[in-house]
Amino acid sequence: MATGTHELTAGYALDALDSEERRTYEAHLPDCVRCQDELTSFWETADALAIAASGPEPSAGLRGRILADARAEPQVVVPFEPRRRRTVPVLSAVAAVAAVAALGVGLWASQVAGDLDDARAALERERQTAAVLADSTARTVPLEAGEGRLVVGQDGRAVLVLNGLDPAPPGKTYEMWIFEGDEMLPSGLFAGEDGVDIERVDGTVTPGDVVAVTLENEGGVEVSKNEPIVASTPV
Amino acid sequence: MALVARGDEGALGELYDRTGRIAYGLAVRVLRDDRLAEDAVQEAFLAVWRSAAGFRAERAKASTWILTLVHRRAVDLVRREERRRTEPLDEEAARLQDASEPTDEAVWLRFERERVQAALKQLPDVQREAIELAYYGGFSQSQLAERLGVPLGTIKSRMFAGLARLREILDEASKEGSWRPELTS
Repeated sequence: MATGTHELTAGYALDALDSEERRTYEAHLPDCVRCQDELTSFWETADALAIAASGPEPSAGLRGRILADARAEPQVVVPFEPRRRRTVPVLSAVAAVAAVAALGVGLWASQVAGDLDDARAALERERQTAAVLADSTARTVPLEAGEGRLVVGQDGRAVLVLNGLDPAPPGKTYEMWIFEGDEMLPSGLFAGEDGVDIERVDGTVTPGDVVAVTLENEGGVEVSKNEPIVASTPV
Repeated sequence: MALVARGDEGALGELYDRTGRIAYGLAVRVLRDDRLAEDAVQEAFLAVWRSAAGFRAERAKASTWILTLVHRRAVDLVRREERRRTEPLDEEAARLQDASEPTDEAVWLRFERERVQAALKQLPDVQREAIELAYYGGFSQSQLAERLGVPLGTIKSRMFAGLARLREILDEASKEGSWRPELTS
């Protein structure tokens, strides 16, 4: 492994990498136990830096608001089977932080647009996506075409994490598909953005299925004749 | 974390009591805005609440996750809004505020803060500068390279060496028994 990438661990732990390098590092991390260990311990050092920053107290109402919000919003319950895989916690944390950070922006944008239904839908997607990515029992399925990975939970919910896909051109959209034998099920649209795309695949993925992405005209199609840009290996 | 995953609001409250003030202090330090800071903290706690059932952390702890989320969000916001400022906080004001509420928690926090600040002062200036501008100022490594007029590779090395050294200093103190690993328990 290149020393250069390992050295990025400090920048990653301090959120100081530029988006390109952040992506490089996150792609490197699953395969590098040394970086995982280093990141875990650097995050603890970052905790100390957070303590050193502490000063004024939050307003007295903040605790109550958090608890009230939590009460109004039931947790996503992901079936859990204990596993002793040493690499999982830090990767789960990285995936969850990335998911919340990336998807939170989409949520914020739709709230600004004033469309409450959009905001609710975005929130629901964010919640489901975060749950799949943070599920330590989820499997990572490599891609045959395209750069990134497919994360599949035990319950068949799936999330596509794509690196370096350009935003869809004007008038176009990306469409996700689940290939189930000969069937091709439309599984959601997304516009694509610079950096990492994290997309929840609509529907349920079962063993042997392939998840793919095509470029379609705005609005999407029921059946595509286009060649997939992204395709997973069979789940 | 296991308690939060069980849907126990009491556990979420406990997590807040342990981490909320530190998270807020961090967010204020980066964002310099009370309201944005509270939003960032609220968002992080709810994110943990939402996906706690799936987040099984043996080593990356709930409090670390909260602080990481708060920091990531705060840095994203300052980079977007160019809200970043780099002057040090008025530490005296924070100290005075502590003095007015001498709870165990406040005493512990003040003790730890001073200990970590002392550890930071032991770092070579250029390493401390790289760490503080990145973590508290929200500067990326390439922004720092430009701002300080040094090669990007130099910034990366300084940050890595500085953080590794800081970890070492804090670990040494921990062996001497003064480090209460409260946050990571």
